[in-house]
Amino acid sequence: MTQMNWTSRLVAHARLRRVRRRHFLVMSAASIGGVLVYSLDHKVSRLVAQPTKTFKIPLRFFTEREALIVAAAASRIIPSDESGPGAREAGVVIYIDRQLAGPWGRDARRYTHMPFADSAAPEFGYQGAASPQRIYREGLKQLSGFDRLPLSEQDARLVEIEQGVFFDLLRRNTIEGTFCDPLHGGNVDMVGWQLIGFPGPRMSNAAEIDKYRGEEFRPKPASLTQMTRKPHRPSEDEAT
Amino acid sequence: MKNLPRTDIAIVGGGWTGLLLAKEIAQRTALNVVVLERGTARRSEDYANDMDELDYAVRFSMMQDYSQETVTLRHTSRDRAIPIRQLGNFLPGTGTGGAGEHWDGFFPRHVPDLFELYTKTVERYGEKKLPEDHAIVDWGITWAEIEPYYTKADKLIGTSGKAGNLRGKVVDGGNRFEGSRSEEYPTPPMKNSYFSSLFGDAVKSLGYHPYPNPSAILSIAHTNLDGIARPGCFYCGFCSRFGCMVSAKSQPTNTLLPIIEQHKTVAIRNNCSVRRVLHEGNKTRGVNYVDASGEECYQPADVVMLCSWTLNNTRLLLLSGIGEPYDSATGKGAVGRNLTHQVGSATTLFMEKPLNRFMGAAASGFCISDFDGDNFDHSDLLFVRGGLLRAMGTGSQPILSFGTVPASVKARWGSEWKKAAVYWYDRVGGISFSGEHIPYKTNYMDLDITYKDHLGDPLLRLTIDWHDNDKEMVKFASSKGTEIAKAMGAKEILTQPPYDHYDARRYQTTHIQGGTIMGKSPDASVVNTWGQHWELPNLFIVGASTMPCQGAANPTPTVLALAYRTADALIDHYLKNPHSLI
Ligand SMILES: Cc1cc2nc3c(=O)[nH]c(=O)nc-3n(C[C@H](O)[C@H](O)[C@H](O)COP(=O)(O)OP(=O)(O)OC[C@H]3O[C@@H](n4cnc5c(N)ncnc54)[C@H](O)[C@@H]3O)c2cc1C
Ligand code: SF4
Repeated sequence: MTQMNWTSRLVAHARLRRVRRRHFLVMSAASIGGVLVYSLDHKVSRLVAQPTKTFKIPLRFFTEREALIVAAAASRIIPSDESGPGAREAGVVIYIDRQLAGPWGRDARRYTHMPFADSAAPEFGYQGAASPQRIYREGLKQLSGFDRLPLSEQDARLVEIEQGVFFDLLRRNTIEGTFCDPLHGGNVDMVGWQLIGFPGPRMSNAAEIDKYRGEEFRPKPASLTQMTRKPHRPSEDEAT
Repeated sequence: MKNLPRTDIAIVGGGWTGLLLAKEIAQRTALNVVVLERGTARRSEDYANDMDELDYAVRFSMMQDYSQETVTLRHTSRDRAIPIRQLGNFLPGTGTGGAGEHWDGFFPRHVPDLFELYTKTVERYGEKKLPEDHAIVDWGITWAEIEPYYTKADKLIGTSGKAGNLRGKVVDGGNRFEGSRSEEYPTPPMKNSYFSSLFGDAVKSLGYHPYPNPSAILSIAHTNLDGIARPGCFYCGFCSRFGCMVSAKSQPTNTLLPIIEQHKTVAIRNNCSVRRVLHEGNKTRGVNYVDASGEECYQPADVVMLCSWTLNNTRLLLLSGIGEPYDSATGKGAVGRNLTHQVGSATTLFMEKPLNRFMGAAASGFCISDFDGDNFDHSDLLFVRGGLLRAMGTGSQPILSFGTVPASVKARWGSEWKKAAVYWYDRVGGISFSGEHIPYKTNYMDLDITYKDHLGDPLLRLTIDWHDNDKEMVKFASSKGTEIAKAMGAKEILTQPPYDHYDARRYQTTHIQGGTIMGKSPDASVVNTWGQHWELPNLFIVGASTMPCQGAANPTPTVLALAYRTADALIDHYLKNPHSLI
């Protein structure tokens, strides 16, 4: 046990020292339209009355360029439009950045023994050697300059890649980041949950389940942290 | 290699079966028991804070770590097997409580004729009706022999439901097709979601016979046969893939562990992966495992009980060289044969009114058995057997359910799709079909020749594909699903595409059976009907790996009934006089 802790600490230390130039995503409060932003150290910034303010969010995996592309692409998948807020307000790019930097991004729980049978039929599931980190890094190369294109051209670019592994992942992650518990960095201010009338985790619906038959019951959403009044550590924040 | 002091009984696996046996042995004997569990320690209090869809339901934090161990898959014995690299078609558990922590808790008994499947089917339709290549056999036990153990399992769980056949008399409101029960359910049926009630009304109008799902989730506060008190369900909807934060859902950690912890005779060792069952002549002498620090340990034991679920019960026999591996070409050998999964399909309904589907509980809702087993005439149908149709009452969370739109919406992303997905989000309901998967000679398990686990042992290889009987059953189920959906007033209906090849991406259920099947004689089975190994009488195998075929019903009631039966055989007979029980 001690042996393992020691090695993992060494690895973590080495990783810290190799940290590249820090990248930040600069966003205006208005662009997230939101109220709550979870910064890297998990302090909550409230930005209500300062819509003109901008703030810098430290990135864990993406470069600033990459983050801007991901934000733009996610917002074509779940756009902000007349049917309500979308991936942009939910802070999806921050969610994806954290997922990629965490165990999931590194494929920590996938079977990655060789040989890889890339040409296997689709019913065997994803068989590639590339981790989510790699898939994004490679995939984003195909989208260079994406965020500066007019919207119709952005859509055309996405149509070109929509059959591929990268797009599939981006689409899934965009849905995750829009609807996850805010503790993962997405669904900022629970905009995703409000969009669809999901109240978040509720301890009990015992009194209501019999009562609302075919009519909406829409309790005010509360996140896990708000409900339990306790901090929670999401899986992407690893202990070092 | 660390040599450990001898123990009376070593149990491999700390899930439903392993902990049930540990509890029974602790309560009824003074013997020392060591439970070896590969995953981490867990207690029911751990679940107070787990209502996070992403980490639990999407990233599967309670389930087996595939970076360490998975299985390989091929469709026929001529193909090269390919590893299943991420969780998909089933979701095996790990850690104290096993899959019994994050399960759904549907708790139905099997149809009575399942135990004599070969005899009964041939009696009614003749040998010709059986599918080509089938491996259907009788279990060697009958309904009458297992019923008292089902009742015991119900009293452990506090099962909620309504009897449909009480001591031979059909009762209104319950499942009229069930085998005769000796007692009513311990607790009344659960509450129903709006959608599920619509299903109940619709199937009744069609002349079918709805009944509330038998459920391992308490409907009201209840104290079980061991004096364990648990509260009724809160319908929070965070059931399936989560542990219940209030212990309304029966889980090994809230039903068995509190009793085990009162006994000093049981030690549960976590983070210990068993690699081999050691044997000499006609006896096992213990197990080898790797402990949390990575050290190899030898645990000698007088009795070994494999409770590591279907896949590892089978794999450990193969790795240990116990018994003859099944050979699909010759039909010889028994270890690995009769692999079954589950035939499943789903019908998606787009309803007019909002459903508030965040409320609910996994095993709540209505079910019909009109098309299960042989409850309907198959003379003119292209398949045998059938399954259960249910309206899902499970509470749903947004990541896994957002984005379902009617077929008329072609887009998968962008404004048009989003608008439809938002509109329909709370109007989508599902009817699921859980069908019986017939055993075939060509569906089996053996050791992979290429891929290894993190310790360097060969992975288990599944050779499995869907046959015509399964495909026809799915077609039939989809037509029934559509009929019911229309009667429920669905605005639009989506049916799952028909079966093609067995698909590692498609979650069926985590109901995998076979590999170490029971039987009346040693030539085509691994254990006798008590779960005792034919060749090594001090080795017992417990769990769905001993089931020669799969019933449509969820397996755990039968698994627990058989585990109780093994406990009786071990404690009342074997330990008094160690011998082969036949
Ligand atoms: C999502 C889900 C929903 C389900 N819903 C239902 C339902 O509604 N109704 C129903 O009847 N059933 C359901 N099931 C199935 C049910 O969980 C199982 O039938 C039940 O848990 C089986 O008990 P078991 O003891 O055989 O296996 P488990 O409970 O899985 O326990 C096996 C244990 O063995 C351990 N183990 C494995 N290999 C080794 C090794 N080499 N060394 C040491 N330890 C090892 C594992 O870590 C695990 O803890 C569901 C399962 C899942 C995953
Ligand atoms: S719905 Fe009921 S059984 Fe399920 S987790 Fe919530 S309280 Fe527990």
